[in-house]
Amino acid sequence: MSVTTQTPPPPSRLTGGARQRRRKNVNRLMMGVSTLAALIALAVLALVLVDIVIKAAPALNLDFFTKNPVPFGQTGGGIADSIVGSAILIGLASAMAIPIGILVAIFTNEFAPPRLSSPIRFALDILNGVPTIVTGIFIYGLLVIGHTQSGWAGAIALAIVELPIVARSAQEVLALVPRSLKEAGLALGLRRWRIVLRIVLPTAAGGLVTGAVLGVARVAGETAPLLLTSSIFSNLGITTNPGVALPNIPVTIFTLSESPSPQDHAQAWAAALVLVAFVLIVSLVARTFNERSRRKIAD
Amino acid sequence: MSTATETPPRRRLADAHVSLADRIGEPAFRILCGLAALVAVALIIWIAETIFDKSGSAISKFGVGFLGHETWNPVTNNYGAATLIYGTFVSSLLAILIATPMAILIAVYLTELAPRFIRRPVAILVELLAAIPSVILGLWGIIILGPFMENHLEPFLHSFLSWIPLFSGTYSPLGMLPAVLILTIMALPIITAITREVFQSTDPQLKEGAYALGATRWEMVRMTVLPTGRPGIVGAVILGLGRALGEAIAVTQVIGNVAQIKASLFQPAGTMASWIANSYQSANPGLGQSSLIYLAAILLVVSLVVNIVARLVIRRTGRR
Repeated sequence: MSVTTQTPPPPSRLTGGARQRRRKNVNRLMMGVSTLAALIALAVLALVLVDIVIKAAPALNLDFFTKNPVPFGQTGGGIADSIVGSAILIGLASAMAIPIGILVAIFTNEFAPPRLSSPIRFALDILNGVPTIVTGIFIYGLLVIGHTQSGWAGAIALAIVELPIVARSAQEVLALVPRSLKEAGLALGLRRWRIVLRIVLPTAAGGLVTGAVLGVARVAGETAPLLLTSSIFSNLGITTNPGVALPNIPVTIFTLSESPSPQDHAQAWAAALVLVAFVLIVSLVARTFNERSRRKIAD
Repeated sequence: MSTATETPPRRRLADAHVSLADRIGEPAFRILCGLAALVAVALIIWIAETIFDKSGSAISKFGVGFLGHETWNPVTNNYGAATLIYGTFVSSLLAILIATPMAILIAVYLTELAPRFIRRPVAILVELLAAIPSVILGLWGIIILGPFMENHLEPFLHSFLSWIPLFSGTYSPLGMLPAVLILTIMALPIITAITREVFQSTDPQLKEGAYALGATRWEMVRMTVLPTGRPGIVGAVILGLGRALGEAIAVTQVIGNVAQIKASLFQPAGTMASWIANSYQSANPGLGQSSLIYLAAILLVVSLVVNIVARLVIRRTGRR
């Protein structure tokens, strides 16, 4: 009732004024641009994935998974040989990289003094930063020049790429195992290696598995090391002998993508869909599982 | 009597403590783990040693002049890396130049702006970009991005910016510009992931202080998040650069693989990594192969330097 005389309030320093308006507009602009940047990144991901699915659809059928490639010019055929070859290469590489990677992590986290473990971590980071084509050239120079390409050469090259990934993630997981558990083991008079095998590893098992799986997902798409070590195939058809070059999905996509034939392109897209679906599903599942197992370890 | 009955239990305890399995297992397991660590460290030295050894004949023939020499001619067996070093740095630096501001903005969005329930999903999706194998990005680059560049983006850039030499000349589906864009897509998730973590660790009291002074959200970011995160961002950018410098497959698919230095981004070019991937099969045994491995040696040195610098920068910030 007392506020009957409606005099307009004096221009507040907080809400009015050209300077304040400008500040607010700048804020709105930058927040808008930030949102836009995030949208662009998501749009690129969506665009690439949608293109893959659309382009892959025509070539994708049962034959694609069960038949071998046909000679250039003929239609039909599949990538059965590449699927088998990739499985062997990744299996061999992981059989080398995963145990060694976990042992490295056990060494740095459980046995080595900080003076030693810190340089090893650094070395793993540096190894992880070596371009994969250089890893390929290393194995090419070591095992291929003067000999021939082989599945073994390819698997070793992949293992070198996989090792630092597995080791670093294993280190992070092992670091989460509570001290109190290990101290309980020590109090019972257990030796360190028994503590590692009986207490640390079983506690960290879930996290170690997902870390290893992420490493597998990462090398599944690696092309550069295989291009130099396992890309020239003597015969069309399923090969299971790692003594000779093994056909594999990444190199197949690479070769088909460089071909001028649209039919080869269709095959390349279908192979890309198989690979990307494997990599994305595996990494998504491993990531979600990872979060959960880490929380469980820490509890 | 009493002393005789007291000693045996102590000895029995000691015996139980070091069983045979423990006496062998403990050192054996330690040695096994130590050997694994040794393998990891030795690998780096072995890689460097092998690559310098196998490039020996090219190094002794061309010396340091290799770096400044522009020809790559398998017919005359005359090799030089200048065009490829140029291509490597131009493509990577331009990609980083685009990816860095985007990554910082995305990190701001993810840490300050986005509704809480979508922060994690969006962050995971952006990082999934890094999980797409490079050969697939390259395939996409050849078949989707290339024609789009030639028919739409390059004419568009040309119509506005033709006075800049970068955007002059004829359009082409394969060339420096698509390579830059593909590398941007690959570097972006790496830079974003680290920058986001750095931003998340900003002291909330600083942020609240900025708000208390009446700062808008952007002003708060500029006053607190960006300055405290700067070293971390620098580390992230250098790591992204390392990734871009070493990418071979996707680049070789879209860059056109011509060893030349052209001002125009529309023209084909080559990078060290892409050149190795493109020409190792046709390389002449001997000097040709050795020169390719020389390229790998340069690439290894560059990426080692870049990665060591990045890790040191990130470590220093972590300690603070």
